[in-house]
Amino acid sequence: MIDTLLKSLRTALWFMFLTFPILAVRIDSLKNAVTVRWPAVIILGAVIFLISVLWHTAGLVKRSWFFRFDGFKQFIQRLPDQDALSPFMIRTTLGAAAVFMISLPFFASSYQTNVMINALLYVMLGLGLNIVVGLAGLLDLGYVAFYAVGAYLYALLNLHLGIGFWIALPMGAALAAFFGILLGIPVLRLKGDYLAIVTLGFGEIIRLILENWDRVFKGPSGISHISRPSLFGIGIMESSVHHAIIYMYYIVVVLVLSTFFFVSRLKHSRIGRALLALKEDEIACQAMGIDKMKTKLTAFALGATWAGMAGVIFAAKTTFINPASFTFMESAIILSIVVIGGMGSIPGVVLGAFFLVLLPEYFRELGDYRMLVFGGAMILVMVFKPRGLLENTKPTVTYVSQQTGPDTP
Amino acid sequence: MFHDKAGYFFELFIGGLTKGSIYALIALGYTMVYGIIELINFAHGEIYMIGAFTALITAAALTAFGVTHPLVLVSVSGITAVVYASAYGYTLEKVAYKPLRNAPRLSPLISAIGMSIFLQNFVLLAQTSNYIPFPNLIPPLPFLEPVSHIMGTVDFIILCTTAVIMILLTFLIRKTRIGTAMRATAQDKTMARLLGIDVDRIISFTFITGSALAAVGGVMVGSKMGQINFYIGFIAGIKAFTAAVLGGIGSIPGAVLGGLILGWTESFGTGYLTSDYEDVFAFSLLVLILIFKPSGLLGRNTTPKV
Repeated sequence: MIDTLLKSLRTALWFMFLTFPILAVRIDSLKNAVTVRWPAVIILGAVIFLISVLWHTAGLVKRSWFFRFDGFKQFIQRLPDQDALSPFMIRTTLGAAAVFMISLPFFASSYQTNVMINALLYVMLGLGLNIVVGLAGLLDLGYVAFYAVGAYLYALLNLHLGIGFWIALPMGAALAAFFGILLGIPVLRLKGDYLAIVTLGFGEIIRLILENWDRVFKGPSGISHISRPSLFGIGIMESSVHHAIIYMYYIVVVLVLSTFFFVSRLKHSRIGRALLALKEDEIACQAMGIDKMKTKLTAFALGATWAGMAGVIFAAKTTFINPASFTFMESAIILSIVVIGGMGSIPGVVLGAFFLVLLPEYFRELGDYRMLVFGGAMILVMVFKPRGLLENTKPTVTYVSQQTGPDTP
Repeated sequence: MFHDKAGYFFELFIGGLTKGSIYALIALGYTMVYGIIELINFAHGEIYMIGAFTALITAAALTAFGVTHPLVLVSVSGITAVVYASAYGYTLEKVAYKPLRNAPRLSPLISAIGMSIFLQNFVLLAQTSNYIPFPNLIPPLPFLEPVSHIMGTVDFIILCTTAVIMILLTFLIRKTRIGTAMRATAQDKTMARLLGIDVDRIISFTFITGSALAAVGGVMVGSKMGQINFYIGFIAGIKAFTAAVLGGIGSIPGAVLGGLILGWTESFGTGYLTSDYEDVFAFSLLVLILIFKPSGLLGRNTTPKV
């Protein structure tokens, strides 16, 4: 006990020392005066001490909800697997989710609906990046570039030619896929972290061009007054923002559902299996007759397609875009969605997107502290759940005993 | 006319050299950490930022207490920055990376990004979001007066410090016991452990060394730019990482070479072409070099074994 207290005291003192200059010392550069805020450091020390004591004594933090979460995890993971759960359960859960999703705009405010659109947009982006990172194992840190391509394509087409959302959507997808291949070709030989930095560079190049080529992309001030989607060619949605948001919401729901459908089919398709195999071992893969180049390019193109579509939706949703929406941080957040959710796992990506989009959104009361909490939460999830919230299960065969029914895998 | 052109060229050359040596200092931290645990330490740029902030705060506090002697100011605030940055680097590794030693490769990367967001916002909340003027700690050296339009005092100090640090670092890694242990750990962790090397201690030591170098870079950038804010670490981190990869990540001479090439590319690119696309030059060069040399300029070219 004494040992624990001493240990905690040491930790607390260490963190007080560590944070002292930045947390406690305030400089007034005009008057050249220095004030020391002792209370902040003392409170921090006390909090660290308490956490440390809790940690060491009961292992309370370690064994609490994160680990009990496993039951829920197994439940979710079985959802796509038709045999593991009774059809009744699947239908009820999916039905409840569907009812919730469909009825949301009727009981939620415009703001809430908007937040949900945002979350769903990130689900789409996450699922797209999941093809590249989760399935093919290619670390892409510039994914946001394709998102920007889609958004700017729609914005520019709309601005100059008055082209509507529904025509721009497939065009955005196609152009982004093209860019995916364009990026894919030079980086085919690169591996791991070299690939990561080149994709990061690519993302930054695209953003900088958007920012600096004023004549075409309007620079940092961006493009505004982008039209919202029309319904069968009628722009009735211009009249009421509330209705426009609800309409947008349903469009996004439908697109996310189709993404869902596509990605889960892809995972078990010939291409999906080739991608998974490529991730495990490139040489063995080539020996088995998988065309490495074609498969990798397919992964890049498919991933980019979804980002492009999400970009078009984003531009139509906010009706205003500028390069500040497409920074590296955005790529990092999308990658975090994939990893925190559990790489390669589709329900994981959904959970990851909701976690990372809704957490900062609903913690607005924390005010300035929300990004601090956000960063901290990312570290905590990774430390406690290094494989993500919903770990991806590899295809496994379960032995079913005649007497006792299905075993847990 | 010719003289002007040559003068301009030298100005850009020195500017690139200064910038490049700072990139190199930060890149060394990346490359050393990568060499040992194969992790892109995304929070490394934040350590550099914290180093700059600590130096600024120390200098301001000293000034408020009436210490004005430039040598005392520079050395005390510089040393405080290095100590604090090292402490942060050490703690960072213990909190965010050590629990993930055996996790899938991408997990520590995400906790690094989380750490980066956390530290940025910590400084933002505890201090301010505005740019803070960085005190001019170094008095102008009289003998640089005739060439001051090409090389200022700060540039001169940066170049000298970087050169000294590089020599010390090379000595540390090539000649000392702990340097040998570091190289052994980088080659094969399991074997190093079998030979009685405390791998955890070596990893901590690597983080501490890398962070100290970043802090030196931070202090010098602060002196050169004259202002800092909580966001400077992010851009510098990305650039330094680019430099490290350019030279071949994991290779120490590679990081220096990469940093210098990056510095010159930016300096000449902005000087002769256009200043809007400074970062585009840097990244385009990176993409070009990696296409022709996929493991960087001085990186080890590993052939996969079957």
